[in-house]
Amino acid sequence: MTDTLLFKGIDEPGLNTIDVYLARGGYTQLQRALKMKRGDLITELTGSGLRGRGGAGFPIGKKASFIPKGDMQKYVVCNADESEPGTFKDRELIQKNPHQLIEGLIIAAFAVDATINYIYIRGEYEQQADILDAAISEARDRGIIGENIFGSGFSVELELARGAGAYICGEETGLLDSLEGKRGNPRLKPPFPANEGLFNGPTLINNVETLSAIPSIIELGAEGYAAIGVKDSAGTKLVSISGNIERPGNYEVELGISSREIIYGLAGGPPDGRKIKCWFPGGSSTPVLTADDLDVGYDYDSIEAAGSMLGSGAIIVVDETQSVVELAYKLAKFYSHESCGKCTPCREGTRWTFHMVERIKEGTATPMDLDIMAAVQEQIIGHCLCVLGDAMAMPIGSLIAKFRDEFEAEIEANRNERERKLAAEFAAAEVEIEGISA
Amino acid sequence: MADVQRHVARFTHGSRIPGWDRAADLEKEPAVVPDAATTEVPGELRAAIEDAVRRFPVGDSAFIPALYAVQAQYGWCSPEGIEQAAAVLGRTPAALTAVATFYDMFEMEPLGRKSVYVCTNISCSLVGADQLLAALEEELGEDPDVNLRGFECLGACDIAPMASVDGVYVGPIELGEVPELANQIRQGDDPLPAKQLIRRPCADPKVAEQ
Ligand SMILES: Cc1cc2nc3c(=O)[nH]c(=O)nc-3n(C[C@H](O)[C@H](O)[C@H](O)COP(=O)(O)O)c2cc1C
Ligand code: SF4
Ligand code: FES
Repeated sequence: MTDTLLFKGIDEPGLNTIDVYLARGGYTQLQRALKMKRGDLITELTGSGLRGRGGAGFPIGKKASFIPKGDMQKYVVCNADESEPGTFKDRELIQKNPHQLIEGLIIAAFAVDATINYIYIRGEYEQQADILDAAISEARDRGIIGENIFGSGFSVELELARGAGAYICGEETGLLDSLEGKRGNPRLKPPFPANEGLFNGPTLINNVETLSAIPSIIELGAEGYAAIGVKDSAGTKLVSISGNIERPGNYEVELGISSREIIYGLAGGPPDGRKIKCWFPGGSSTPVLTADDLDVGYDYDSIEAAGSMLGSGAIIVVDETQSVVELAYKLAKFYSHESCGKCTPCREGTRWTFHMVERIKEGTATPMDLDIMAAVQEQIIGHCLCVLGDAMAMPIGSLIAKFRDEFEAEIEANRNERERKLAAEFAAAEVEIEGISA
Repeated sequence: MADVQRHVARFTHGSRIPGWDRAADLEKEPAVVPDAATTEVPGELRAAIEDAVRRFPVGDSAFIPALYAVQAQYGWCSPEGIEQAAAVLGRTPAALTAVATFYDMFEMEPLGRKSVYVCTNISCSLVGADQLLAALEEELGEDPDVNLRGFECLGACDIAPMASVDGVYVGPIELGEVPELANQIRQGDDPLPAKQLIRRPCADPKVAEQ
C-alpha cells in the first residue's frame, strides 16, 4: 500500500531493536545511498518533493543544497523537540522505529558531508530518549555509526541531546543555542543555519518525520516518492489528531486527502454526534478553520488557500460545546509562558493578550477590548525575531475574526454575572450597615 | 524627579517592585570559578558530569546534562550542586544558573522528588484536564515528596487527559482512577500500568492490517 511508508510495520514487536529492523531490510537504503555521488543524492532528495514536516514546510532538497562544500566541520541536527500543542507524531516514530530515523539521518549526513550529528529530543520524552539512546548504541556496536561505515570511507558520529522543557527550543536557532549549552533564545537570521549554525558550522536541521521519510525516498526513487500525494505536496504525512474526537491518534495519510476523510473517516468525528465548532489544521499555532472548511484537501497549498497552514500536521478538533474564550485563554497562556522574552512585541504582546482574555473571563472586559486585542495581534505579526509571537497572534486573530459574536456574548454574560455578584454583595453590606445603625 | 519616576520598576498592576530603590551591593565579591581542588564533589555527580563532557566536548554543551546530574543528586538545582558542577566544568556558578532558570524542568527550589506533570494545554483541557489536575491536587494533598504541577502540551494528546509520572506517560485518566493513581504515586508503584502510553498500539487501522 503506497500510503503506509513511515508507519510500515510500526507495531511489530521489537521493531525498535536493530535485529528486527535489519531483518525487515533496514539500513539497505543507507548502503545504496552511500554508493551514490553526493550531488546525485541531493538531486534525488530535491526531486522527491519532500517538504519539511516540522512546521515551515521547506523543501529538504533545497535546504540540503544550501550547505556549502568544503573542509569545514558540518552538522546535521535532528529536531525532536516536538512541543507544538497537538503534535505527537515524532514521539511514535522515535519510540517504535528509532532506526528508521537514524538511517534517514545518516543518509542526510552523508549527502551534506556532516560527520558530527545530533538529535535534540525534548526533556519530557524520557522513555523515548532511552529507547533512542539504546538504538544509537546498537547502531554504533554494529559499525553503522562510526568510522568508515559499510566500507564507504564515510565516518559519522551521532549523539542524543536532551532538552529540559522549553517550547522555544523547537525553533531551529533556539535549538542550536540550547545545544550549545545556552538559554534557548532564537538568533537573528541571516546568517541561516545552513551557513552558520551549530558552533558556527554549516548545519542542516530537520524534523524527525522529515528525516524518517528519507529511506523511503531512496527505496522508491525520487519519482516514485513524488508520485504519492498531490502537486507541491509530495508523499505521506503523519497526522496527529486530538481534542474532541472519537479516535485520537496518529494516522499516516497521502497528502491531498480531504480533511473530512481524516476527521470523520479515520478519527470518527467528535463524540456523541456533536458538531465541530472549529479545528486547528496544523497545531495550535495555525489559524483555526471551521466546519465549512472540512472538504479542503489536506495538503500544504489547499490548507493555505483556506487561510491557514499545514504546520506540523496536528489537527485539534473543538466541538460545539466548547467556549472560544476558554480556547483563547489556553492559547494566550501557553504562548506568554513560552515566549523567550527577546523581542518586545512577542514578550509584551503575548502577556497583554493573556491579561485581556483574563478580563473577559472575570467580567471586566468591554466589546472594545476585542478591537484592542485584534490590533495587538496585528502588531506582533512579522515584527519579531522568530515566529512564536505570530504563532499566538494568528490563531487568536482568527478566533476573534470568526467567532466575534461568541466573544461579545461571553463578555456581556460575564459582565452581567459580575454585576449581579457585586450588587448582591453591596446589598448584603447595606443590610449590615442598617443593622449597625439600628 | 519625573525622570526618576519613569525608571522605577513596577509590576503590571502599578506598584513598585520591592528593592527598586536599593543600590547594587558594590562590596560583594564577584562570583568566580570555584576551585576544583578544594570543592568537594560527590563521586556520582562528578562521574555523570565528566561523562557529559565526554559526550559533548565542544563549548558549554555539557551544561544541560550537568544540570540534570545536579538535579538527580539533590532533587533540585541547589546552590551547592551548581557550585560543584561549576567546579567540575570550570565555569562560574552564575553561568550555570542562567541556563537552569530558562528551562521548565529544572527546579530552582527544593521540591518533592517525584515529578507529576499534568498537561493542561488545549487538547487535554478540551477533555477535562483542569478537572484532572484539581482532583489529583485534592487527592495528593500537600505531599512534600510529590512535585505536582500543570504543564504545557507533553506531546501525548492522543491519551488526553494525561499525566507524566516521573517520565512515564499515562492516560486517558478517568476521574474515578485518581485515588488509585495517587496511591501508586505515593507508594512509588508503576502508575496505571494498563493505561501507559508505551503499551498503546498505533491508532492507524492500516498498521494492524499489515
Ligand atoms: C516557536 C517554534 C517552535 C517550533 N517547534 C518545532 C518542533 O518542536 N519540532 C520541529 O521539528 N520544528 C519546530 N519548529 C520549526 C523549526 O524551526 C524548523 O523549521 C524545523 O525544525 C525544520 O525542519 P523541517 O524542515 O524538517 O520541518 C518550530 C518553530 C518555531 C518558530
Ligand atoms: S518572537 Fe518571542 S520567542 Fe521568538 S525570539 Fe522573539 S521573544 Fe523570543
Ligand atoms: S495537549 Fe495535553 S498532551 Fe498535548
